[in-house]
Amino acid sequence: MQLRTLTPQKIYILIGYAVAATALFCAPMVLSDFRLNLLAKFLAFAIVALGLDLIWGYTGILSLGHGVFFGLGAYAMGMYLKLEASGGRLPDFMDWSGLSALPWFWKPFESFPFAIAMGILIPALLALILGFFTFRNRIRGVYFTILTQALVIITVTLFIGQQKFTGGTNGLTGFTTVLGHSIGSPDTKRMLYWVTAIVLIAAFVLCRFLVKSRFGKVLRAIRDGENRARFIGYNPAVYQMIAFAISAGLAGVAGMLFVLHVGIISPSTMAIVPSIEMVLWVAIGGRGTLIGAALGAVLLNYAKSAFSESYPDAWLFFLGALFVIVVVFLPKGAVGLFRKWKLPKRRRTEHEQQVGHSTV
Amino acid sequence: MEITIIQLFNGLSMGSILLLIALGLAVTFGLMNVINMAHGELIMIGAYATYITQNLFNDYLPASLFNWYFVLSIPVSFMVAFLIGWLLEVSLIRFLYGRPLDSLLATWGIALMLQQLARTIFGAPNVAVKSPTWLDGGFRLMDGVVLPYKRLFIILLVIVTLVAMFLYIYRSHAGRRMRAVMQNRDMAACLGISTRRVDSMTFAIGSGVAGIAGCALTLMGPIGPSLGTYYIVDAFMVVVLGGVGKLVGTIVGAVGIGVTGTMFEYWTNASLGKVLVFLCIVAFLQWKPKGLVAMKTRSLD
Repeated sequence: MQLRTLTPQKIYILIGYAVAATALFCAPMVLSDFRLNLLAKFLAFAIVALGLDLIWGYTGILSLGHGVFFGLGAYAMGMYLKLEASGGRLPDFMDWSGLSALPWFWKPFESFPFAIAMGILIPALLALILGFFTFRNRIRGVYFTILTQALVIITVTLFIGQQKFTGGTNGLTGFTTVLGHSIGSPDTKRMLYWVTAIVLIAAFVLCRFLVKSRFGKVLRAIRDGENRARFIGYNPAVYQMIAFAISAGLAGVAGMLFVLHVGIISPSTMAIVPSIEMVLWVAIGGRGTLIGAALGAVLLNYAKSAFSESYPDAWLFFLGALFVIVVVFLPKGAVGLFRKWKLPKRRRTEHEQQVGHSTV
Repeated sequence: MEITIIQLFNGLSMGSILLLIALGLAVTFGLMNVINMAHGELIMIGAYATYITQNLFNDYLPASLFNWYFVLSIPVSFMVAFLIGWLLEVSLIRFLYGRPLDSLLATWGIALMLQQLARTIFGAPNVAVKSPTWLDGGFRLMDGVVLPYKRLFIILLVIVTLVAMFLYIYRSHAGRRMRAVMQNRDMAACLGISTRRVDSMTFAIGSGVAGIAGCALTLMGPIGPSLGTYYIVDAFMVVVLGGVGKLVGTIVGAVGIGVTGTMFEYWTNASLGKVLVFLCIVAFLQWKPKGLVAMKTRSLD
């Protein structure tokens, strides 16, 4: 279908993607190690933003709990790294908290593939369970959002409270190696950057495939009129659960990459403020457009690191004001603004797209 | 036995604070379908208003009058929060009707700014508010069971606020207009009710009640810029559990969460207790997805 309607517009877009991908892969040659590490972190955030966009921009469900899914992924990777750093001995914080043996659920995390699998599966499963108990009963909208926020609070209290298993407020840190390579060395960092870039592109392609598919159309139908979708014969709960689980899984992947770049994961990373900041990335870039969400995450985090280094207090004012401005004046985000400027052109293409869709 | 009574009392006290906070939320959410995440910051504003009243009494009035600052601080914190809430409604919230999720995000931004503002003005560390001496000590119910006057006072304050709210909503002209708008906005507008005015009034009253809650919280311990965030999510859970539309739902929800929360935290520990309460709420919503008391409606969004 896409080949059949290959308009100049689409060729430009494809060229744009190709340039962006090339730029991503060439960044290590231009940037300093410090900047590269920052960019790698932002790319990991962009993966969360993609997942969040899938659930919010396309399905219309606002989750303020993605910090938890992000954090669970990060903790899964952190557990593996901690065990590798401890080299067969008990991790230091367990020693301090008076544990004498490794808890049973920590043991399998000595294996790298297991840690990766859990980093995706645990968030996805948690999302699936929460979705099962809410979407099925048509608990949605703000009710669902409040429940996700409560999920954040209880997870953070749980992680802080169970210090002997999770490292408490300090979280997990003091990592040395990953798969035998020193985690701090520039070579490993560069490698990790490339891994992140590849995962980001893969996540983008996956999300794009999902939204362009029939599944994605049902998601949008649910967003725009859940009851209508139900009357047509779809079960919105199933679609919402799957979308929510995929979104949580992506957040888990991002969390794993994040911990590799930053070298620490603590409950404060998955608290309420980071969780809601994730939503802002999507809002500012443009909900309902994947590229907008990813760009929003990178740009806003870049602004944050540039801005908050010099004025940490003013940053919170700025962040708060951004929320208000984006919601009131830019409901479609930066991409929406961009499209508004080229409205005549876009309208034609959208019409063509509709024609294209109807012929499929 | 003593422990059970004390726990029950603590739960009731917790529930009454939650109720005071959730009351305003339930009304604004029920009436305008607006989620006000800045509600917690209105609590904080009420608490700081009490703090300022205390300091003014300390600086400008004879020491013999100091004990009575608290009596004055209740209306003061109500008025301050009322005004700020009204400003908020007029300047921002009215652009967000019909978009509950957007209102959540925008008010969250406001909350962030208000918190930072408080941090700039009063400093990041918590400040202590000295409670009046007539609230020290407690009522001795039996051996080993002493109910602190402060908590009793808060419960009393909540009851008074509740009665006032009840009279306002169900026994006054303004309240009747408010209920009319709540039940059928378009019809109410057709009958000549200024829905705009009702909206801003309701929002301001909800904010004012949050201010009273902030004033009450100063009795419980030191206050800080992030005071509101501790309570806001719990208060929203009360609204989710109780449903919107009737005061009784909010009351049962608040007392329920307060008592079960305190019990669970006593039986297990603080972190596990919170998890159990959350699980209970989710389980309860399986039974009544719209909360305990839901407005009857025939509309299908």
